[in-house]
Amino acid sequence: MLRLKNINTYYGKVHALKNVSLHLGEGEIVTLIGANGAGKTTILNTISGVTPASAGEILFCKETVTALQPDKVVQRGISQVPEGRQVFKPLSVEDNLELGAYLRYRSREGKASIHKDMDKVFTLFPRLEERRKQLAGTMSGGEQQMLAIGRALMANPKMLLLDEPSMGLAPLVVQEIFRVLERLRQENGTTILLVEQNAKAALKLADRGYVLETGKVILEGPADELLENAEVKRAYLGKDKKEIWER
Amino acid sequence: MKKDLLLFTGFSTLVMLAPQLFSGGYLMNVLVFVGINTMLAIALNLLLGYAGQISLGHAGFFGLGAYLSGILTTTYSLNPWVAMPTAAIVVGFLAGIIGFPILKLKGHYLAMATLGLGIIIFIVFNETVELTGGPSGLSGIPNLKLAGISFDSDVKNYYLIWGFTLAVMLFSLNLSNSRIGRALRAVHDSEVAAQVLGVNARLLKVQIFALSAVISSLAGSLYAHTMTFVSPASFGFNFSIELLTMVVIGGLGSIYGSFLGAALLTLLPEFLRGANDYDIIIYGGLLMVMVMYMPGGLVRGIPALFRKIVVKGKAGNA
Repeated sequence: MLRLKNINTYYGKVHALKNVSLHLGEGEIVTLIGANGAGKTTILNTISGVTPASAGEILFCKETVTALQPDKVVQRGISQVPEGRQVFKPLSVEDNLELGAYLRYRSREGKASIHKDMDKVFTLFPRLEERRKQLAGTMSGGEQQMLAIGRALMANPKMLLLDEPSMGLAPLVVQEIFRVLERLRQENGTTILLVEQNAKAALKLADRGYVLETGKVILEGPADELLENAEVKRAYLGKDKKEIWER
Repeated sequence: MKKDLLLFTGFSTLVMLAPQLFSGGYLMNVLVFVGINTMLAIALNLLLGYAGQISLGHAGFFGLGAYLSGILTTTYSLNPWVAMPTAAIVVGFLAGIIGFPILKLKGHYLAMATLGLGIIIFIVFNETVELTGGPSGLSGIPNLKLAGISFDSDVKNYYLIWGFTLAVMLFSLNLSNSRIGRALRAVHDSEVAAQVLGVNARLLKVQIFALSAVISSLAGSLYAHTMTFVSPASFGFNFSIELLTMVVIGGLGSIYGSFLGAALLTLLPEFLRGANDYDIIIYGGLLMVMVMYMPGGLVRGIPALFRKIVVKGKAGNA
């Protein structure tokens, strides 16, 4: 469904992504893990068109989306839930969700189907419905994360890019959010690319994973294999360090 | 929605009745300025309060509208009703072209760039003497005429200016409550987040910058045709700052706030005339106190003050 071929991205002179290639099949959940500065967020922003690639190609549903502006990428069906949630704090929950459907208001489909999708978001996150008139900035971190996901879903995407949805949240809330992601895949067949620091939780949810280091993919494979991989365990799961050293 | 409509109808009625309540040509003349400044403050507020983009050069767009209207109607003897939209279109295009490169800048850098733009426009007014008359100004600009009525008295001008001001207010209120208004506030809060939701932030910023310039130009044309005289001194850097003050004092992101700010800053110097040389000190002091105690602007500060007094009064009675 999505394929990145030898993507290179620069921030000025800094070479942030070096020949990154990856792919996602339809309905797959794939996770990107890696340390700070490995290039995880950059991959998502390159797909979204916020920091365009300087070389390489991105194919989505067999069409190239490499040089598209961010709004065109959304139109093709890729929505991003940005890092740190970035909900619009002075706006109400409802306004935030309506902004998620920004491009759809211009198309011919009409408001009825948009309101239907808003109800769908409220079924996924009942807490948002209770707070629909509340200002987004006054909600807890978990609720804001739910809002950020709901907002992205309002664009009716085929594929969802999530940037560290677990950041700064209580373990129970993380569980709840990950359950919703699983449900989205089952009910809507949404394809999900998940960037996570919480490598263990992410690998448990995902089908496959890629490990990044300083802008390069150094390892890839099925999620359960990566969970057992000694190198991954040492570097990202923070467990059994001693054991590996002694071996 | 109904409440908004009621508020606007009430406000318009009050505006239309004002000449019956206050007589006296001088006050009418001041109220004409309140109308022009309200339009300008709304224009800047759309850019600053909604989209979060600063401009320190808006007096320049105001001046361009005034001068284009003035030159087209005097040197080229065009009908004012043709000159006005021509000026607005030219200024809008100009703002669009300049907007693309400079709106890439953020914060202080954008402030500097727009400051420079305003100063360049000011210098052009002063130096192109054959075209603009230079520092001594351009006179003999005709009044607007409609169906045999010439807008040449203060009361007639009052209705003319406030007709336009109310139209600009209604348009801006609608815009701010629309999908575009939401997108503007989104760009204000987080450009990246707005972009990944499909808002073309760069284009939207340029569009709102151009719209803001068009409204300013319209205000400038109206100014030229009511005053029948323009000179560069009215369009300098000081006036850009005054507009910014109106927007902030009135309340960022509020259309009625822009009216309150414009009204206060236009009327206050007139009321302080009696204080002779101390007027500047009182004026400055009042502004400081207001920013300190009403950081949300008059539009939010006055209701809060009112609630405080009412609550206190009730507590005192009990």
